[in-house]
Amino acid sequence: MNFSELFELSGLLGRFSPDGKCLALCVQHSLVVRDVSSLQVRQLYTCLDKIQYIEWSSDSLFILCAMYKRGIVQVWSLEQPDWHCKIDEGSAGLVASCWSPDGRHILNTTEFHLRITVWSLCTKSVSYIKYPKACQQGVVFTKDGRYMAVAERRDCKDFISIFVCSNWQLLRHFDTETQDLFGIEWAPNGCVLAAWDSCLEYKVLLYSLDGRLLSSYRAYEWPLGIKSVAWSPSSQFLAIGSFDEKVRILNHVTWKKITEFEHPATIASKKTIVYKEVEKSPSVETERLSFPPTKALASSLFSTQSKYEISQVPVSLQYIKPVADRANPKVGVGMLAFSADNCFLATKNDSIPNAVWVWDIRRLKLLVVLEQLCPIQGFQWDPRQPRLALCTGTSRVFLWSPAGCVAVQVPGEGDFQIVSLSWHSSGDSMVLLSKDNCCVCYLEREEVK
Amino acid sequence: MGDWKTITVPVLSSDSKNIFQYTSERKRSPTTMNSQVLRLPLPSSKNMHSFFSAFCTEENIEQSIAYIDRELTTLGFPSIYVESKGKELNLISVINCINELLALQHKNLRAQEEVEMQHLKLGSDMDHLQNCYAKLKEQLELSKREIVGLQERDRQLQSKNRNLHQLLKNEKDEVQKLQNIISSRATQYNHDMKRKEREYNKLKDRLRQLVMNKKDKKIAMEVLNYVGRADGKRGAWRTDKTEARNEEEMYKVLLSDYEQRQKQLLVENAELKKVLQQMKKEIISLLPPQKQKPKERSEDGLVLSDLEEDIGELNKENMWELSCETVREQLTNSIRKQWRMLKNHVEKLDNQVSRGHSGAWNEKDVISREDHELETEKLELEIQQCKEMIKTQQQLLQQQLTCDDETTLLLQDCYLLEERERLQEEWRLFQEQKKNFEKERRSFTEAAIRLGLERKAFEEDRGMWLKQQFLSMTADCKHSENVTTPSAFLRSSDQDNWLVKSTSQQRKPPSVLNGPVSAEPCQTSQYITHNSIESKIAGDSMPNLWVESDDKEETGECTKSWEDSGAGTLLCRNLHMEQLP
Repeated sequence: MNFSELFELSGLLGRFSPDGKCLALCVQHSLVVRDVSSLQVRQLYTCLDKIQYIEWSSDSLFILCAMYKRGIVQVWSLEQPDWHCKIDEGSAGLVASCWSPDGRHILNTTEFHLRITVWSLCTKSVSYIKYPKACQQGVVFTKDGRYMAVAERRDCKDFISIFVCSNWQLLRHFDTETQDLFGIEWAPNGCVLAAWDSCLEYKVLLYSLDGRLLSSYRAYEWPLGIKSVAWSPSSQFLAIGSFDEKVRILNHVTWKKITEFEHPATIASKKTIVYKEVEKSPSVETERLSFPPTKALASSLFSTQSKYEISQVPVSLQYIKPVADRANPKVGVGMLAFSADNCFLATKNDSIPNAVWVWDIRRLKLLVVLEQLCPIQGFQWDPRQPRLALCTGTSRVFLWSPAGCVAVQVPGEGDFQIVSLSWHSSGDSMVLLSKDNCCVCYLEREEVK
Repeated sequence: MGDWKTITVPVLSSDSKNIFQYTSERKRSPTTMNSQVLRLPLPSSKNMHSFFSAFCTEENIEQSIAYIDRELTTLGFPSIYVESKGKELNLISVINCINELLALQHKNLRAQEEVEMQHLKLGSDMDHLQNCYAKLKEQLELSKREIVGLQERDRQLQSKNRNLHQLLKNEKDEVQKLQNIISSRATQYNHDMKRKEREYNKLKDRLRQLVMNKKDKKIAMEVLNYVGRADGKRGAWRTDKTEARNEEEMYKVLLSDYEQRQKQLLVENAELKKVLQQMKKEIISLLPPQKQKPKERSEDGLVLSDLEEDIGELNKENMWELSCETVREQLTNSIRKQWRMLKNHVEKLDNQVSRGHSGAWNEKDVISREDHELETEKLELEIQQCKEMIKTQQQLLQQQLTCDDETTLLLQDCYLLEERERLQEEWRLFQEQKKNFEKERRSFTEAAIRLGLERKAFEEDRGMWLKQQFLSMTADCKHSENVTTPSAFLRSSDQDNWLVKSTSQQRKPPSVLNGPVSAEPCQTSQYITHNSIESKIAGDSMPNLWVESDDKEETGECTKSWEDSGAGTLLCRNLHMEQLP
């Protein structure tokens, strides 16, 4: 495993281009585009304000940089460095900006969700979508980029509008049986849309592309409901993580629950492997110490290392009791993700923040629990193979695959607290992001079996 | 318990009272009698004299005697007066009376003692019973108290239960109330939310108007030059046509998705069908056919035909390709049936096994599984050993064969020659023996023929002699009755026996002997008797000779002749009887 040097970064804004050739990094006002293979600067753009959000267009030709405070979006072209485009939302304000799947339109959501403006880079035309709903996931595109679903709120009722992305024509418009629609998500095959209610009510609704209600699912009534939702890449399963610390998996044939994954604080099953990260204090091998100490040795002496050990079940994990009188309690399954081959599901229970649970979907059983020393900041599956990368706000990156798991220390001095990571589309490298820095981690193919 | 006790106690007491009364009466009666007769039954020695003097004095002796006499007679004693002589005392009777009275007195004393003893006994019994009574009464009290305590506890518990019920009900009510509160709050909250949202919407509208209507020059896009579309085409106008096309495309997407899913399902179905079919085949092959049919018949007649149909279906594999309902039903039904049968079968086997296990302890003929396994292990070990032995032998043989072929061949030849010679010698011996046997046999047959001839002559002779004897005997019979014919008979027969014996011992086979016996059994008793003895001797002597000829039929006939001879002796005796008078 190799690591690049650390690059300056702000706002965790480091993104690989969809074609995998470039890496865009933001440092305050400027946007640096580097070549992934050589990491040399390819382009440098300077924006009008501190960049708060960047996004590559689907063809990797343009990058949009949003400056919400100023209410402007600046678009840069990779091929024509002197080409520029600036969209100003004016007094309407700006809270969100994104590309349309074709990479030629920009959707800007104004403040107070007054409307969504669709700016075209090809023509002068501007379209407006009225009454967008202020919710977690209000605008979603199908994977093939043909359709867009928008959650709307009119007259105190929730609606969903489906647009054809090619000409922004409204295809379907229907109301949903929700109290307060919280999120929508397309199945990867683009034919089923899942919509779920806010956490006050456990309710998942499944709509066909043509607006028919396929099914609705409700696990329980009174307690807080859904916290996170994820489709499996094959569109076969819909995993629903909820505040009751369970993940429920629905199937795509009957849309009924197949199974329920609990996240108890003690793991008793002998079939589950529990990997525990343990700190390895720097070994005091006096015979190896030399004077004056080499630089590497010195750095290794002051930084603690860690490794995985297999714990003997039953294992009790560190459980943080949620504060009852606070809104959005830290309890329940807040993160879940399917591996690219549909075989595994990684989850995190927010009341056990140090553990990642990996479930075997073929057997519908808990396979592995990774118990870390620090709270999990994020995890992401390798897009090519069943390999999970996770970071815990330390300078270590952790990888799990069915063959085993490994903890890798990012070399270098200074504090490099990885809080986010994202895989390159080829699965050969990933970018590790900290608050102020980032680095690229290259994985050798031979290393992973 | 208490009730019973209260009933029984009086009974006991009354009983004892009765006894008591009875005994007291018995006790009292002699004293009263005594007082009547003697005023005091057992006065002290001091008072004796004065007492007697008080009763009988010189003056009133007559009256006393009369009184005593009267009393005695009333008590059933004979009168103390001499009957004939008026006022004269019969001393003897007086003494007798006194004696009897004394005896009576003794008896009474003894009875009194007994009665006293009994009284004592009864008194102790009474005490015991009273104790018992007291104890039982105590127990009763205790039980009553306990009952009361239990009743009290029961009442308390019931009241507690009632309270709990009440509490539960209250809690339920509370829950209901809370639920109502929650729902009412929720509705209120929703209502308020809606109100606020409406306000918020109004504000939004207002804001929109303000923001949008004002010609905000800031809202704009500055772009160097418009770029081409990603697909290189120009943007299409929105028309009804495009709308229709959009719809079409949407349905196309949906359709393709459904088609794909259907294909997947078809593949899955086909695989499942294959598995089912295979399972069915396996089940059919697994089920014992002779068991299958009677069971089915017992269930219902239709199933059999179904099964046959199924088997027929199996042949037409393409039937399964039809995914219509009927085929599916048939398939599932038949599988289900077969599965049931298999299950029954397995269950039966299980039962058998369990029975076998349980029976193994009792029945000796059922070999327990462990024994069986042990045995098989042993046998396997043996087989292994044998195999090894065979292998080593083979190896040795091979070695021998390979190391010196010529010598072994030579040796083998030598061995063969030797054996051949030995066999030939044996053969010669055997032939000789055979010849000897033949010779012997011939001589035997000759002797038999000769004997037959001699015998014939002898019989003729004998017949003549008998005739003569008979005739002479009938003539003598009239002259003298004292002549004992039996003895003569016996003697004569003895003589005959001796004769025959000598001949038979020489060379007479029994087969020849038998002939005349069967031919004329009742002709003459003598003949039969001599025959029997002859055969007896023959039986004794013959086997030694016949072993060589190896003929078993003849020995069988020999025994038969024995039986015949027995009958002969019986006949002979009958003859004797007739002749005796």
